[in-house]
Amino acid sequence: MMADSEIRTEEQPAEHPLVARLCGGVADAVLASHAFRGDATAIVPREKLLDVCHFLRDDAELRFDMLVDVTAVDYLGRVPRFEVVYHLYSVPLNHRIRIKVALDESDPSLPSLVPIWVGANWLERETWDLYGIVFVDHPNLRRIYLYEEFQGHPLRKDYPKAKRQPLIGPGAANSAGPAGPGR
Amino acid sequence: MSDELQTGNQVTEDVLELPFEPLELKMGPSHPATHGTVRLNLKLDGETVHRAEVEVGYLHRGFEKECESGLYYQVFPYTDRLNYVSSIINNVGYALACEKLFGIEIPKRCQYLRVIGSEISRMGDHFTCLGAAAMELGAMTAFLYVMEARELLWDVIDVMCGSRVTSNYVRIGGLSEDVGPEFPALVREKLAQVGKLQQDFEDLLLSNPIFRERMEGTGQLSSDELIALGVTGPLLRAAGVAYDVRRAQPYLVYDRLDFDVPIGEQSDNMDRFLVRVEELKQSRRMVEQCVEQLPGGPIDIDDPHVRLPGKGKVFTRMEELIAQFKLVTEGPHPPVGEVYQAVEGGNGELGFYLVSDGSGKPYKCRARSPSFSNMQALSRMLQGAMFADVVPTFDMINMIGGECDR
Repeated sequence: MMADSEIRTEEQPAEHPLVARLCGGVADAVLASHAFRGDATAIVPREKLLDVCHFLRDDAELRFDMLVDVTAVDYLGRVPRFEVVYHLYSVPLNHRIRIKVALDESDPSLPSLVPIWVGANWLERETWDLYGIVFVDHPNLRRIYLYEEFQGHPLRKDYPKAKRQPLIGPGAANSAGPAGPGR
Repeated sequence: MSDELQTGNQVTEDVLELPFEPLELKMGPSHPATHGTVRLNLKLDGETVHRAEVEVGYLHRGFEKECESGLYYQVFPYTDRLNYVSSIINNVGYALACEKLFGIEIPKRCQYLRVIGSEISRMGDHFTCLGAAAMELGAMTAFLYVMEARELLWDVIDVMCGSRVTSNYVRIGGLSEDVGPEFPALVREKLAQVGKLQQDFEDLLLSNPIFRERMEGTGQLSSDELIALGVTGPLLRAAGVAYDVRRAQPYLVYDRLDFDVPIGEQSDNMDRFLVRVEELKQSRRMVEQCVEQLPGGPIDIDDPHVRLPGKGKVFTRMEELIAQFKLVTEGPHPPVGEVYQAVEGGNGELGFYLVSDGSGKPYKCRARSPSFSNMQALSRMLQGAMFADVVPTFDMINMIGGECDR
């Protein structure tokens, strides 16, 4: 399984200027960082996420006004198991940064970024839907792609690709429970 | 009763006092006036939209889960089916992300051909969007003109890769096949015909007062709000923000091409339409420059650990035979790491985020789709709008279900 230290040691030991700026602006905000293939990446603690994002959006030298993407990665077998990944872009200054938060399997939750970038709304709903990550204080944390009765979160690595879901709706009661495994 | 009828005022007041409640209207998921499988839950007060709730997900096919279970090169056919109107752009975006992960540089001829494929696809995408929008506002004839143009563009894609819609054209470190010496002449001929059809389309539509009234001033949203929502592409440019990945963070040979990034002012549906009309002309310029500058040389990198060696070598040499066997069965092995690569898709920033654990399968393969983020803005655009504005606003967002729902 991949460890972040492996990436860090591979190339560019010097800190990316955007990450350096973030370190200078918010105390104890960056646990680790790397710039693999030039992508500035900072791993921040969950407690500091809101402070970090406010700083990233409002600082005059950073001005990350667009939340491009939110997703998660499931490193099944590693502790902590999950990583939530944010990709940010600054339209006026034309630069990008990736922010990651590591989350333990026992409590996969972190604050919602909807108060900072309204565009986080659907992206966080998607991450909840497919990975089961809870975004605290999200205005409407419902599944977005799948239906409410869906069991489990399909992009988790322990969700088998060919798993069948129980039937819902009219006629479901007549069937003999969940269909058999496989296709 | 008869007394009330005699006094007209009384009757009018009574009518006003009739209890009413907002009308809940479910539009979709399969509605004749929306090209896309999506459901809008509208709350209407007369003809005014009070609230519009957008439900997506009807075309969710588990893109990421499928990608994680295949080898790196097996992802390409899935990317075709993201934005299936401009599939080569998706191919290129995924290939560039892989090449960034592998740390390889592709030959110049390949880069030019990828740009030609991308821009031809983009033109097909924009024509579809504009034609369908015109059709849904009643202009059936205009739609037929641009469909003819799209057929001509797909003729070019047919020559490039042998298929018209789901291209599966690009490979990691190369392309599925090269073009012949007759290709530049064919492209010039088709582009000239496309240009004429586009002119006819504009003449038919742009001075039509009914069309203009449906489009002008509808669906407006400020640029600040669009940026906060993560909206990119023609929608954002129509609001006056000249963000285009091809210009802001050039990839392939876009930095060698002379093109303009058109922007609008009003951020309404008309500007979104006109920005796309102008981008069609810019794409045509780019393709013309590319066929002019198209260099010779190979289209594939010479690295049998990433790109299949030619059959001539595989059948005659042991090393290449082994490399092909290993590549097909185990997949190419990138270093451990993560990359994000963005390209300008038909509807905005299309990004691929790859995480590698060093094996031949992507540990994670995420597509950041512009349609998904753009659709999020729809309910804001429709708030307080007239019911008749729903269709043109939805058309100009140009939601592509395959890309939005993945």
